[in-house]
Amino acid sequence: MAYKILARDDITSESVRMVVAAPHIARKCEPGQFIILRLDGKGERIPLTIADFDRDAGTVTIIFQKVGKTTYHLATFREGDEISDFVGPLGRHLDLGRLGTVACLGGGLGVAPIYPKVRALKAGGNYVVSIIGARRKDLVILEEEMRAHSDELFVTTDDGSYGLRGFVTDQLKLLLDEGRKFDTCLAVGPIPMMEAVCRLTAQHDLPTLVSLDTIMVDGTGMCGSCRVTVGGETKFTCVDGPVFDGHNVDWVETKRRQCRYVPQEKQALERFEKDRGSK
Amino acid sequence: MAGNGNNEKPAKKKVVEKKYPMSEQPPAERIRNFNEVPYGYDVETAVEEARRCLQCKKPVCIDGCPVEIDIPGFIEAIAEEDFAEAIRVMKSFNNLPAVCGRVCPQEDQCEKVCVLAKKFESVAIGRLERFIADYDYEHGVAPPTEIAPTKGKKVAIVGSGPAGLTAAGDLARMGYDVTLYEAFHAAGGVLRYGIPEFRLPKAILDQEVDYVKSLGVKVECNMVIGKVFTIKELLGELEFEAAFIGTGAGLPRWMKVPGENLIGVYSANEWLTRINLMRAFEFPEYDTPIWAGKNVAVIGGGNTAMDSVRTALRMGAETAKIYYRRGEKEMPARIEEIHHAREEGVQFDFLVAPDRVLGTDDGWVRGMELCRMELGEPDESGRRRPVRCEGSQFEVECDMVVVAVGTYPNPIIPETTPELELTKWGTIKVDEETGMTSVQGVFAGGDIVTGGATVISAMGAGKRAARGIDAYLTDK
Ligand SMILES: Cc1cc2nc3c(=O)[nH]c(=O)nc-3n(C[C@H](O)[C@H](O)[C@H](O)COP(=O)(O)OP(=O)(O)OC[C@H]3O[C@@H](n4cnc5c(N)ncnc54)[C@H](O)[C@@H]3O)c2cc1C
Ligand code: SF4
Ligand code: FES
Repeated sequence: MAYKILARDDITSESVRMVVAAPHIARKCEPGQFIILRLDGKGERIPLTIADFDRDAGTVTIIFQKVGKTTYHLATFREGDEISDFVGPLGRHLDLGRLGTVACLGGGLGVAPIYPKVRALKAGGNYVVSIIGARRKDLVILEEEMRAHSDELFVTTDDGSYGLRGFVTDQLKLLLDEGRKFDTCLAVGPIPMMEAVCRLTAQHDLPTLVSLDTIMVDGTGMCGSCRVTVGGETKFTCVDGPVFDGHNVDWVETKRRQCRYVPQEKQALERFEKDRGSK
Repeated sequence: MAGNGNNEKPAKKKVVEKKYPMSEQPPAERIRNFNEVPYGYDVETAVEEARRCLQCKKPVCIDGCPVEIDIPGFIEAIAEEDFAEAIRVMKSFNNLPAVCGRVCPQEDQCEKVCVLAKKFESVAIGRLERFIADYDYEHGVAPPTEIAPTKGKKVAIVGSGPAGLTAAGDLARMGYDVTLYEAFHAAGGVLRYGIPEFRLPKAILDQEVDYVKSLGVKVECNMVIGKVFTIKELLGELEFEAAFIGTGAGLPRWMKVPGENLIGVYSANEWLTRINLMRAFEFPEYDTPIWAGKNVAVIGGGNTAMDSVRTALRMGAETAKIYYRRGEKEMPARIEEIHHAREEGVQFDFLVAPDRVLGTDDGWVRGMELCRMELGEPDESGRRRPVRCEGSQFEVECDMVVVAVGTYPNPIIPETTPELELTKWGTIKVDEETGMTSVQGVFAGGDIVTGGATVISAMGAGKRAARGIDAYLTDK
């Protein structure tokens, strides 16, 4: 059985949204869970957050940034094409419930995985203050969707081409310095961003949850590729996470483990681009 | 066939004392490729070897076989060169002979008790099993398997390792409508992701899985039961009348020593899965990356440790060493694997266990600190317990560590099926006879019940559960 792509659009020059027919997964998944896909018989297995789902239509939406061989390759798939393997829903479903006032920070493509959580928080009666960031204005994603489900929305860009010039942490710091109170913070994005958020919120005793995107193989707890140290204990992101208490994550180790295949990833991408160039 | 014609059996033949050897890829060559190590018997050798069998009136070898294959029966047919009959007999007991012939620990089972083994070498039962399976795949001599008329009842099998494949195949033959759910994108369980190509070529496994499919079993991959459907949903909304859980013991056990999350430390499962299931040994043709060390340490003494260390050599390691906390005699690996590993240049250090893994400033493995052990009193497994020799700590250099110290049962199904009764080890409790769990209509078998064991014991459990399910659904 293969999994058909029903819709596809480039949401920025670097990221793509796809709606995939996966009725079993759509029936069951919850915000915060992820899928693992493999494009074809020679593909690797990579995890992607379930950005959205439609139980009636039997579809799951994924949003991904073109960073490595598999994501560049997937970006070439068109409507009607099929993905060979699509497994889920994986990871723990996090019942956020009623937390009060929640700061939700999405950095870069981290906005995609935070969006379903924002929606669930808002629907759960929380007061949601969202801060989303990108390098430039044209790379900001899901702004309208996030606005629709947030009580307040702030945008930051590294180059100042839109919203506040700086990082999402700069915006959060402004709010905290103004004396704004939050009950919980949720941060999803690149590791340096989540680490920076945790450093800031630790100073304000603001409990912070992060969603990790570690290197996975099976996604069912059988290999330990995805392991992280949280509060001195080894945890598997795929089954114990992907959401953890950010103040307890060993960021140094997490960063190192995340980079362990960089030379191979580079080699695979170059090979893919060369192959495509010659076609 | 040397000398004697086919029909006249000499009244009293002289016993050939040793097994006919099976030719193998030379060690120096094979450590540079992933091709299978032993080539298997040719027809002449197989027939000669089959004629070593005494055709005992009371064949004790059958008692040594966990699925009670009619061993003298299939061997006699080989001796008579009736290969169609040999494979028919074999397949009436065992759906996966090409696998068992390659990976069963025969020296602890049928071949251990074979009467010839008292004075000479046993009959090479395993090699003959492999021969007949391979012969059939090459020549297609097996008569079509008989399948009973449909019973119109649906059974779900969860997990496609040897336990699940066997239960599925047997139930399909009995006329049940069987769906097999597998979490990975390919069926086979440990046979797919754990046991390497050079010991069990995946093309052979594909044929065995295709055979099970040919019996009418529907295989649905990419289905993590517990996540996508719970067991309760299988028996409810999905209208299965019984379910079998054969999800194995896939959870890696760690040493719990400092430094275990350094880069270059792999669980055996990750190391082997990247290479076998994902074929990282063919990177970049295949997309999955792997990082392979030059100076490799493998911790453990089982088949998993042997597979890991021999794989490391094939991935380009210059030195590869096994560190095991008990002695050589206590190693649970198959003798053939230990022998092959030695031939390939694997080194062994016994009675030693890591205290920690040492890292470089940027987080990569640079060595280990180990402690010597001595054997004390026997523990509950009957093996003598290793005891630390304090003050004996020493350091070794290595750039990669594979942790192969065992596995735990996979918890996804127990966690999502709270009604299932478990043992204190987290394995599922079943009725020995029928394989039924504490939940009506839910059966289990294989490593999820026993903890890490063997292919053939998992198959035996699959067979028993198939009979248990049949009895349950017949009475229902
Ligand atoms: C590296 C290695 C080498 C070995 N070598 C030998 C050997 O030489 N000889 C020997 O006899 N034994 C050997 N063994 C042991 C043997 O492989 C196992 O005992 C046997 O495979 C157990 O079979 P099983 O069917 O119980 O489970 P497994 O083979 O573990 O299969 C379980 C299957 O269930 C799937 N699964 C798990 N959870 C779910 C879920 N929730 N939903 C759907 N599917 C799920 C898994 O993906 C897997 O495919 C070896 C084991 C290893 C790891
Ligand atoms: S015990 Fe050995 S000799 Fe006797 S029947 Fe079995 S295989 Fe043949
Ligand atoms: S990805 Fe293998 S254990 Fe998490």
